[in-house]
Amino acid sequence: MANTKTPQPGLAKRESAPADPDLWIRMYQQMVQIRLFEEQVNDLYKTARMPGLAHLYSGEEAVAVGVCNALRRDDYITSTHRGHGHCLAKGASLDRMFAELLGKAPGYCRGKGGSMHIADQDTGNLGANAIVGGSAGIATGAAMSAKMRGADQVTVCFFGDGALGQGVLYEVMNMASLWKLPVIYVCENNLYNEYTHYTETTAGELTARAKAFGIHAETVDGQDVRGVYEEARQAVNRARQGEGPTFLLCDTYRYYGHHVGDIQRTYYRAKEEEDFWRTERDPIKLLAGWLVEQQVSDTVTLDQMMADVRAEVAAAVEFALAAPFPDVSEVDQHVYA
Amino acid sequence: MATAKEPERNEKKTMRTITYREALREAIAEEMRRDERIYILGEDIAGYGGTYGVTKGLIEEFGEKRVKDTPLAEEVIAGAAIGSALGGLRPIAELMTMNFSLLASDQIINSLAKFRYMFGGQAKLPVVIRMPAGGGAQRGAQHSQMLESLYAHIPGLKLVMPATPYDAKGMLKASLRQDDPILFIEHELLYNVKGEVPDLGVHYTVPLDQGIVRREGKDVTIVTFSRMVHICSQAAEDLAKEGIEAEVIDLRAIRPIDLDLVLDSVRKTNRVVIAEEGWKYYGTGQGIAALIYEYAFDWLDAPIAHVTGKDVPMPYSKVLERAALPGKAEVIAAVKALVPARATAGVGAR
Repeated sequence: MANTKTPQPGLAKRESAPADPDLWIRMYQQMVQIRLFEEQVNDLYKTARMPGLAHLYSGEEAVAVGVCNALRRDDYITSTHRGHGHCLAKGASLDRMFAELLGKAPGYCRGKGGSMHIADQDTGNLGANAIVGGSAGIATGAAMSAKMRGADQVTVCFFGDGALGQGVLYEVMNMASLWKLPVIYVCENNLYNEYTHYTETTAGELTARAKAFGIHAETVDGQDVRGVYEEARQAVNRARQGEGPTFLLCDTYRYYGHHVGDIQRTYYRAKEEEDFWRTERDPIKLLAGWLVEQQVSDTVTLDQMMADVRAEVAAAVEFALAAPFPDVSEVDQHVYA
Repeated sequence: MATAKEPERNEKKTMRTITYREALREAIAEEMRRDERIYILGEDIAGYGGTYGVTKGLIEEFGEKRVKDTPLAEEVIAGAAIGSALGGLRPIAELMTMNFSLLASDQIINSLAKFRYMFGGQAKLPVVIRMPAGGGAQRGAQHSQMLESLYAHIPGLKLVMPATPYDAKGMLKASLRQDDPILFIEHELLYNVKGEVPDLGVHYTVPLDQGIVRREGKDVTIVTFSRMVHICSQAAEDLAKEGIEAEVIDLRAIRPIDLDLVLDSVRKTNRVVIAEEGWKYYGTGQGIAALIYEYAFDWLDAPIAHVTGKDVPMPYSKVLERAALPGKAEVIAAVKALVPARATAGVGAR
């Protein structure tokens, strides 16, 4: 399998965005929260306590966290089948997330959505769409609504490298550029379209696609949360000021398989590759190292934060396991308004 | 929602005659004046006024912000309509024809129909997708399809198929005053059909879940919708001259279907002809027949007859297209095959 570029360990040297140290700490906590959430999901699945399908976000945390921290609560996101990280980064609570994954009544969708369909309108999460590329038009329409209402809300459309194969993506970029819509297309390139390396499915330059429509395009190290945040912040500013859409390509990596059941992966990627990303390119380790180096925090404090988050996650799982299932009478509710 | 009946005779002086096309345009304009969240998007709808002229003039009154010409891209038209509804607007998406809705069908079926349910009731999707369907204008196989049954199968959608200018206006206005996704299916050959509607300034809506008896009769029930309503009404007039009184039911909406209206009629006439333009197999008419068999089997004196389009892609040539579409003659033949001849009729047991 041809890899177009060799990932480098560590972080590239660059100017750090001027930001409140508390913001970096918050991002650290959020990334840890997503990581531990997904570890718990994997455990629930493997111990047969969780049904269905789950597509874990582990390894990609810096993208959701970097982007969502550049957004306001009333800004919109649309998410994907690999969406837990987006939901949490936009402000969803752990307990209602777990409850949804277990099909329980307190879940965000009252157990009707499941892992791939979490929406939380209170935090601007318009919903996760499990059709690859399926939310591209919806995000673009949400951005259009903000513009038509005279609001300055921005919409972020998260999608993976696999969605680059879908025609709708090109329909929406054409429209968004034409109408200068306040939308940011965030492409999370985790290298694999399900089980196939993206270079085997995707011709040409990735960002050239957006540039062809006159859309501002940037590529960013998706393991560097500060870098993602900085690029997202600029894209959000452009969108708020009426300067139109941005395409943000985030190079990242999926630690687990396409979904929780995909455990034999050596036929499509080497164990060494996974180990490299986990040890040398881990977004949480990279940020932690930087926080210590900059004396924003120290390892004892960071370890304590991780322990605190672990306890929160454990409590949320307990909540969800103990929560009731929805009443069967709800089966035909919510079809129509 | 205010319910409105078909006009009584004494209301005549407040009525005027307009086309189906004009009725739709009036509905859009009146509702856009009433509710600034309503806007319309689609291909060639602004300056050109829509491929079938429905939106002509709207750009002058409402401007390009609310009358938006889009790229030729049905999937994003539907997707953008959904997204803008989630963002608080009330879109009308015009698809040039129902044939092209297939390009938008992922958005319609996988997102529009499901979001409210899938997200546990969080989302409201007041999206109206308007599109003409049907054949008869020699537009060939890819521009002549009646595909409502594909969508009628899907929970979460509502399908409205008005046959008259009165219903076209009243049902479109009603569609824009409720919060569910609606596929508003027009018919290419109905746009020039004229009919009576109340004067401008007289407000009315037509409910989206009620059919109507177009003609009362005791011998047979003809269940139909969209353009076939007119063909069946003509057939009923001809049959009356031969002493057969057919009751013509215009369903007006396919989902939800006004099953009570159909069953009440079946219990009266004991014979049913279902007439539709679309294909026979696995279609709307077969669905309706199954419901009648399920709920009124004991009231039937004969198997349900079914008049449909021929089971072929629509041919182009005038003579072939005419042969492929169901017409008055087929409806009359189906009724006559069901209803015993007057001379030998033993006047039904019921």
